[in-house]
Amino acid sequence: MYVADSRAGSPAPASADGAARPPAGRRRAAVAPTVLALGTVSLVTDVSSEMVTAVLPLYLVAGLGLSPLGFGLLDGIYNGFSALVRLAGGHLADRGGGRHKWVAGLGYGISALCKPLLLLVHSLTPIGLVLAADRTGKGLRTAPRDALISLSSTPESRGRAFGVHRAMDTAGALLGPLVAFLILRATVDGYDAVFTVSFCVAVAGVLILVLFVPGGKRQPAPAEQPERTAHGDRPTLRAAVGLLRRRELRRIAVCALLLGLATVSDSFVYLLLQRRLGVPDRWFALLPLGTAAAFLVLAVPLGRLADRVGRWAVFLAGHVALLLAYALLLTSWHGTALPYAVLLLHGGFYAATDGVLMAAASDGVPEHLRSSGLALVQTGQALARFACSLGFGAAWTVWGDRTALTASTVALAACAAFSLTLRPRDKATA
Amino acid sequence: MTVRNRILVLLSAVVVLAAVAVASVLRASARAERRDRTQAGGPNVTPGTVTLTQPGRMVFRNMAWGPHRDELVAAPATSPSGPRTASGLKCLRFYAASGTGVCLQAVHGPVSDTYRAALLDASLHVRARYDVPGIPSRARVSPSGRFAAWTAFVGGDSYAGTNFSTRTAIADTRTGALTPSLETYRIVKDGRTYHAADVNFWGVTFASDDRTFYATLATQGTTYLIRGDLRSRTVTTLHTNVECPSLSPDGTRIAFKKRVAGLPKDAPWHLYVLNLRTLRETPLAEPRSVDDQAVWRDDHTLVYALPGDYGADLYELPADGTGKPRRISTAAVSPAYVR
Repeated sequence: MYVADSRAGSPAPASADGAARPPAGRRRAAVAPTVLALGTVSLVTDVSSEMVTAVLPLYLVAGLGLSPLGFGLLDGIYNGFSALVRLAGGHLADRGGGRHKWVAGLGYGISALCKPLLLLVHSLTPIGLVLAADRTGKGLRTAPRDALISLSSTPESRGRAFGVHRAMDTAGALLGPLVAFLILRATVDGYDAVFTVSFCVAVAGVLILVLFVPGGKRQPAPAEQPERTAHGDRPTLRAAVGLLRRRELRRIAVCALLLGLATVSDSFVYLLLQRRLGVPDRWFALLPLGTAAAFLVLAVPLGRLADRVGRWAVFLAGHVALLLAYALLLTSWHGTALPYAVLLLHGGFYAATDGVLMAAASDGVPEHLRSSGLALVQTGQALARFACSLGFGAAWTVWGDRTALTASTVALAACAAFSLTLRPRDKATA
Repeated sequence: MTVRNRILVLLSAVVVLAAVAVASVLRASARAERRDRTQAGGPNVTPGTVTLTQPGRMVFRNMAWGPHRDELVAAPATSPSGPRTASGLKCLRFYAASGTGVCLQAVHGPVSDTYRAALLDASLHVRARYDVPGIPSRARVSPSGRFAAWTAFVGGDSYAGTNFSTRTAIADTRTGALTPSLETYRIVKDGRTYHAADVNFWGVTFASDDRTFYATLATQGTTYLIRGDLRSRTVTTLHTNVECPSLSPDGTRIAFKKRVAGLPKDAPWHLYVLNLRTLRETPLAEPRSVDDQAVWRDDHTLVYALPGDYGADLYELPADGTGKPRRISTAAVSPAYVR
């Protein structure tokens, strides 16, 4: 898809640090090689991790004979820890003048090492610990990776760069389960083979990162120099927290947080889809694939749209899509097209918000604090979504699913309207 | 390093990794042949006719290695370790009563496995099929043979896949009507109607009136024994900390697994019997953790599965807390007694 976009003339100019810096006067550059390399790393890593995710229930129940109910109990505690890991990853990556590649590499490496560990542990507690380590690796790498994407692309093409990355990432997530089931088909109880193959794939991902993603110390761009001296903020912990004093980032963080508070978690959306629209049981497991497919298809076009009409507008439009999905779930119309429409809107919501938010936040954070700033926004959003899950579950218990969803819809509409008033004054596109 | 060298390094690494990956898959697929060979010293299994109307027989899933692995087999109820007659029908979970069977099977599709429940007549012919939304866990048929119920584990879709839930369905074998999820029933908890998103049901057991059933309901980290009513589509909580209930043939007691404090997280259950009139619990003489929905062989004896060398073995135990567990069959699971 990016190949078609690079028709604008000469191949992408990649400087030593991998940043595509277009010659003056050129509006659009091809997606930087670093972004494609990171996209490939994410694609390969997602194949690896989704292979494990897809077979894990079967492995626990049929392979090990465990009863996994109540296994999710630690999720709440873990969510808090994961937020800290994410912030730490963001901060560590900024220190020493940009160690993004190595912190991201550490995160990918930890997750890769967890795969052979799954071959060795056979009871719930150690398996839970291995999965927690896997997610720690994911938490650690997310902010540095997104910072690398934003640092490798020009401000005016950032939306597209994130779109390309997210599309590749989602493609991996769709391929992983397929690979896992082909292995299970070729073997008898081949969970060990699934974990071994997953490990090999993950190692390949780490190698692609090490070999093809440029690292090393970044020279701050000339444009950044005066700002840096003026604020005097080196990438310290205090400077990272001090980012919140920046008006633009604060607005973005507050909006992401508020909108996150009204974003019902995916599993509730699928549950509601099934209960309200009577999706047959045999399709239930396919619902997340519908969202992923829409995300995959829409990520690049919506990222490009964000570059053209403004990231903030697309980010808010994504939440309007979610609002429409909620509204469809609340209607009494039970047409056969309804599940497709809801999943399309749900995937569109991710395509319009996930990478686009990172592109928007990148505009408000100086280069030397990029990773910390992105981690801050991501963490705020993740914690808000977690709080929403707890609140939504409680509302469901007290008032029932319809009232809980109505409340979320009203809250989302209010938060979206409020975010509209907070819209940054400057055009989101640089 | 030049780009060319980097590509060379990556390619050679990929070749090594691919070799490891292919080797692991080949090794795992070689196991298939081993399991299709009859195990030495294992039970004697011969193909034949199995019906659900021959009194004095026990029908169960044979787990012994060999050509009839995972098939339904019949053995004499008085000596279940004796010769097995294999039916040719493969099931993951099975139960039967009054000539009606329910068989939960895997369906191997091109890109993933799916599961279904097959309702069987007395000669094991499939009379109806229903989709099962996840990995089969429990199966039961009402004493009259009219209703069948099954529970499946539905895997989570979160990143690390740690959220699991259960889905329990009940089918009316006479009309074919299916309740795909007990979650559509009205829940009365402590005298009031109760809603929650985290409600899970599992382990249905039917009474002989074809209207009452019992099952486990879990919500907010607690499990409850519920009594269900198929006509009013209501379930009412009766007792806490009860999983996988099994109603005695005389309808007076429930055998169940109880989560006991201080046991490891993977094996936290001991077998108990609950008197439904007095709600008094009697611990049974099985010191190991049991993860099964027990079966009543008669009004005084329970049969249940524990992990064994070839998957699972069957044990029997008096239902009054006395005696000692006795292994009655190896490489066997999901028994049903033909009465």
